[in-house]
Amino acid sequence: MSTDSTGSPAPRSLDEHGHFGPFGGRFVPEALTAALDELDAEFRAAIVDPEFTTRLVQLERDYTGRPSPLTPALRFGELCGGARVYLKREDLNHTGSHKINNVLGQALLTVRMGKERVIAETGAGQHGVATATAAALMGLECTVYMGEEDTRRQALNVARMKLLGAEVIPVTAGSRTLKDAINEAMRDWVTTVERTHYVLGTVTGPAPFPEMVRYFHQVIGREAREQILAVEGRLPDAVAACVGGGSNAIGIFGAFLDEPSVQLRGYEAGGEGVETGRHASRFAAGRPGVLHGARTYVMQDEWGQTLPSHSISAGLDYPGVGPEHSWLHDTGRATYEPIDDREAMEAFAALCRTEGIIPAIESAHALAGAMRLGRELGPDAVILVNLSGRGDKDVATAAAWFGMDLEGHDLGRAPGGQA
Amino acid sequence: MSTLAEAFARARDENRAALIGYLPAGFPTKEQGIELMAAMVAAGVDIVEVGLPYSDPLMDGPDIQAAVTTALAAGTTTDVVLDTVAAVADTGAVALVMSYWNPIEQYGVDRFAERMAAAGGRGVITPDLTPEEAGDWVAATTANGLDRVFLAAPSSTDARIGVIASVTSGFLYAASKMGVTGGRTAISSAAPDLVKRCRSLTDLPIAVGIGISTGEQAAEVAGYADGVIVGAAFVRRVLNAPDHAGALAGVTELATELAAGVRNPRIP
Repeated sequence: MSTDSTGSPAPRSLDEHGHFGPFGGRFVPEALTAALDELDAEFRAAIVDPEFTTRLVQLERDYTGRPSPLTPALRFGELCGGARVYLKREDLNHTGSHKINNVLGQALLTVRMGKERVIAETGAGQHGVATATAAALMGLECTVYMGEEDTRRQALNVARMKLLGAEVIPVTAGSRTLKDAINEAMRDWVTTVERTHYVLGTVTGPAPFPEMVRYFHQVIGREAREQILAVEGRLPDAVAACVGGGSNAIGIFGAFLDEPSVQLRGYEAGGEGVETGRHASRFAAGRPGVLHGARTYVMQDEWGQTLPSHSISAGLDYPGVGPEHSWLHDTGRATYEPIDDREAMEAFAALCRTEGIIPAIESAHALAGAMRLGRELGPDAVILVNLSGRGDKDVATAAAWFGMDLEGHDLGRAPGGQA
Repeated sequence: MSTLAEAFARARDENRAALIGYLPAGFPTKEQGIELMAAMVAAGVDIVEVGLPYSDPLMDGPDIQAAVTTALAAGTTTDVVLDTVAAVADTGAVALVMSYWNPIEQYGVDRFAERMAAAGGRGVITPDLTPEEAGDWVAATTANGLDRVFLAAPSSTDARIGVIASVTSGFLYAASKMGVTGGRTAISSAAPDLVKRCRSLTDLPIAVGIGISTGEQAAEVAGYADGVIVGAAFVRRVLNAPDHAGALAGVTELATELAAGVRNPRIP
């Protein structure tokens, strides 16, 4: 077993029941056990089957457009204390975010298992769009569950999913956001599991999802490591990523976990401020518990009832987090900080104006983190930022935030409460 | 006050199945919830399954979701659930709790088991706790003399049922179908097959739940199972009632119908 800088077992270690230290595992209705066992077996068989891995690599190259570029962000770097900042351009993937990496892998597994239908949950809509895309490509039926609140703030992505042939079901239960969409997708899956695969969109959920989704996203870190070594001749000082469920972060962190010189920094949504209670800062204000099938950090009250989360970014608006992040947090291998809506939107605007790149608001949290990091580490620092998605879906939200006059152009309804 | 084993033995002696009725604690309020459960018992329910309302009930259909949302909004905490258990135990019925895992873990596994036993509760059904994660729970329930009820599903392999039975006590909960709680017009044919498989693997009493809502269905299930579990149908009687008196009447009527059903098992 490999060890980290402290000599304790490497944080990525997993036991046979899918635990990352005390986190992860499986907390699910028994009706799902057989399906999770089947998925686990198929996943392990597939990743050593050259036919599967070759097909996946072909799709990544010919369909997604991998490898995604590494862009030096010189002008943006000036706003980061003069540090040399590099953007891993997952926003340039087909469908506009890192989500496609995981979805293509799981869609191939669905076909391999002989199932004909996929379901997915989505927050910002990026995972829903990616799943609808893969379903169209592989001839699978597709149903996407999306909180009603999110269908309003991400109307563009709802239209994209429908154009791709998916059925989009608005979820009106609970807080009407990502958490409730996952509940509803789980309920669908329990009922239809014989013919349906649940394409979970992030590194959360019962085993083997956190491990499997990590596997499909590791391509991000593998490429980025090679690319930055080619340009800089050395490893970065820090890697920054936003963390909702945490799949893009796990994907890029993975290649640097065993490099003690590389700081791993995750940025969760601070919403209106952690002190206001309206945020999605699981590490800053949550504690370990069980949500959606895994033990992990959860925003919850003293009785263990899940608390509603809040963020301007639908994709980070989730009260739980992937169990491996909880383990990285507790072992100290990665550190996590909240970025509030205001700081994220400042970074959003900064990237637009300095680099000509409109980032997803999710990714803007990582950019804000890079601005903090650069000031902390100084001009000699090399900072790698995972630009996990593009911001087209967020133009209505951003326009409302910045008070832009759109002269009656309808970009979809933005969330209320923002000037 | 009897144990689960005694309740099942008594039913068997009377050549019938035991009747298990579910309602969430605190629904629609703490006091009214207790009265509704007492009404169930008075009309023939042997074992009351007191639901612990949880924010993310992913095994439950719309009826129970609506009920627990009401209960949580009414301020139902784990302590309210334990008070409800004590009140049900005082009626002479066997009181169980049905809870998703996180509220128990957050209350403290040992503390929850101690308070349950002190309240006169006999056991706990944990629908999202897998045997692999149940180490602390097995220890805490054993130390406090509580039964642990786990679920088997139509998709469970024989080997899996063996694992589940090895950590289960009191009775084994056989899910009648693949799906969430709530009524269907017909009981899935998967139920008798599952019960048959369970019987070949364990001597525990087998109770069938999920989707049973009428006396006729109770009679059908009583023909092959040791217990009949009804939840969403009771919840619907309360949700559809114009007032508390109507809810009491509705719950009494359904419990009476079901109690007659389990006493007239339809032999398959």
